Amino acid sequence: MHLHKYERIWLLFGTGSLVVFLLIIGFGAFYKGAQPPSEKITIDPQNVEAQESFKKENLGLTKVEDGKYIVNVVASAFNYDLGKDEDGSNVKKLRIPKGSTVLFQVTSKDVVHGFELAGTNVNMMVEPGYISSYETELNETGEYTLVCNEYCGTGHHLMFAEVEVYE
Amino acid sequence: MSDQEEQRTWSLSKQEKRLSMSFMYVTFISLLIGGLMGLLQTLVRSGTFSLPWGIGYYQILTVHGVILGLVLTTYFIIGFQYTLMNKTVGMSHKQRQTAWLGFWVMVVGTIMASITILLGKASVLYTFYAPLKAHPAFYIGLALVIIGSWIACFVNFRQLQVWKKQHKGEKSPLLAFMVVINMLLWFIATLGVAAAVLVQFIPWSLGYAETINILISRTLFWYFGHPLVYFWLLPAYMAWYAIIPKIIGGKIFSDSLARLSFVLFLMFSIPVGFHHQLTEPGIDPVWKFVQVTLTFMVIVPSLMTAFSMFATFETTGRKKGFGGLFGWFKHLPWKDVRFLAPMIGMLAFIPGGTGGIINASNQLNQVVHNTIWVTGHFHLTVATTVILTFFGLSYWLIPALTGRKLTSKINKLGIIQTVIWTVGMTIMSGSMHIEGLLGAPRRSSYSTYGGTEQASDWIGYQIAQAVGGTILFVGILLMVYIFIQLVFFAPKGEEDFPIAEEEPDAEPTPRFLENWKLWIGLTIGLILIAYAIPFMDIIQNSPPGSPPFDWPIGNS
Ligand SMILES: [Cu+2]
Repeated sequence: MHLHKYERIWLLFGTGSLVVFLLIIGFGAFYKGAQPPSEKITIDPQNVEAQESFKKENLGLTKVEDGKYIVNVVASAFNYDLGKDEDGSNVKKLRIPKGSTVLFQVTSKDVVHGFELAGTNVNMMVEPGYISSYETELNETGEYTLVCNEYCGTGHHLMFAEVEVYE
Repeated sequence: MSDQEEQRTWSLSKQEKRLSMSFMYVTFISLLIGGLMGLLQTLVRSGTFSLPWGIGYYQILTVHGVILGLVLTTYFIIGFQYTLMNKTVGMSHKQRQTAWLGFWVMVVGTIMASITILLGKASVLYTFYAPLKAHPAFYIGLALVIIGSWIACFVNFRQLQVWKKQHKGEKSPLLAFMVVINMLLWFIATLGVAAAVLVQFIPWSLGYAETINILISRTLFWYFGHPLVYFWLLPAYMAWYAIIPKIIGGKIFSDSLARLSFVLFLMFSIPVGFHHQLTEPGIDPVWKFVQVTLTFMVIVPSLMTAFSMFATFETTGRKKGFGGLFGWFKHLPWKDVRFLAPMIGMLAFIPGGTGGIINASNQLNQVVHNTIWVTGHFHLTVATTVILTFFGLSYWLIPALTGRKLTSKINKLGIIQTVIWTVGMTIMSGSMHIEGLLGAPRRSSYSTYGGTEQASDWIGYQIAQAVGGTILFVGILLMVYIFIQLVFFAPKGEEDFPIAEEEPDAEPTPRFLENWKLWIGLTIGLILIAYAIPFMDIIQNSPPGSPPFDWPIGNS
């Protein structure tokens, strides 16, 4: 098949950039480990407490060691369950010191939800039957809104919480 | 007489025109209803307006998505493609009767789904993610729309087959070839969503199956959901490759190149659904990467198309004697709406396609996934590139079907319409893109998120979206007015059906490009490579299924 000379150059340039681009993504994914959240652990959505991480007392922020935290969350329409504070009321805001490594582990009791800490790379789908997890370093102070970014019903836009990263 | 010219001898009969027009009526009614819903959404989200009579935000969001994304596009495409087939290969009486059957099956399905949504029983958005449970009539309606569209597929396949039998050894007309590729793509892709709807959703919503496997339903949906955008895009490409050159007074740049790019679109648009599922659990990251790679392969035919387009423009301009580096560009027929509207659509595809590359990138996706950036992206691709091309086609297609003329007054109105659309979409889609980068979610009603600073930063962009949305709605009203003019009031006459020809000394098109067995085989092969193993993995590693939930959407 005949291709015009300029077109061959154009396609060579395009395909070349494509190859370079894919190599960079592949390098990031497989060498640097920058994979999207893809956890394959399953869970019974109607009995999430059966899993250690999602027992009532383990929800919310837990310090594992210095500078390392785990945040366990049960999502449901239209709430993120972050555990209870000392007074027994629902936690709506987490406070985490700057520079911490935080592992977010989230599951859903009912429908599909989103889990996005706006302004960070924490962004994943939460589906009943699976645990979604993502580990990140929170290096900038500020107040971050945790929003449900997948439609989960009529109260979807009322499903949120807050994370404060302090100095 | 070359066989190219011989292909042009079909003229559309009255009955064929009526068939295509029936699809156009549904298209423009959908435009009005769906556009109104879009306007209302932007107003609600600006925080200054609430819906009356207990209508829900997510209810109108569902109407907007289903009516514009699934109904308008499918009806326009099928109607347009019938005219292309009838013009290039002809249609028999029996084929036309079957086509009507397909139309009515689609209409019954559309009405069923619409009524269910309007009654608030199916506020599940156009993605209808399980385990949100709509009324069964919604799923049955969707199934009927798909089945009706399959009838159109088989009519188109049969049309080309009959022509080939009568023209042994000749190459098929370019537009007929393109239509058949697009319908092949549609048929292979809709098998996924049809399987989900028929095997999973309908029995589960009727109560015959207690639970549903969510990840399988999502995987089947996205197996269809991405090729769906190519099903929208390819008719625009048909116009760019084979119709626009005629409008600007030129020839087809290369018949073989056009066919090759369509074949590549067929192969590389289906086995890529995982790039919509990058941030979800349960799918192996290696397979996500494989599909990301396959996704990027469509960049090759996209670049080929871009080259062809500009090559046609330049060659035509230079032949007319407009020299200089950009003289040919200045002298394109900018005042002809049949050119202007699709051309702006084409230009919008440059940022639109770039945004698509960002969305589909393994890690970048996480920054924009499910933010309103994505909404901005497809308002640039589908609602600008595709829709402006469809509008551009309508200016001659509707008069050609109704036996009227495109007057210079309507042409002027069309140019105004195109400008309004461009301005409205630039404002709306632009602010959606920026707001998404700031983290604002898509498909959400107005919320202050407890009064956080981030959320207050988002509001300004939402007001800009309402401004853009209002301008766009004015554009829709004008387009509907133009449609009514072209159907009922424009002066009677014959309007051109522009189909471009090859250069007389064009290189012959290689035979292998019409080897259907080869292309279908390769497509199935790629689908198996991309899906077979991860799909088995998803089944073997499945969690307990999910019961239906109807209360979160107010369907209990
Ligand atoms: Cu939610």
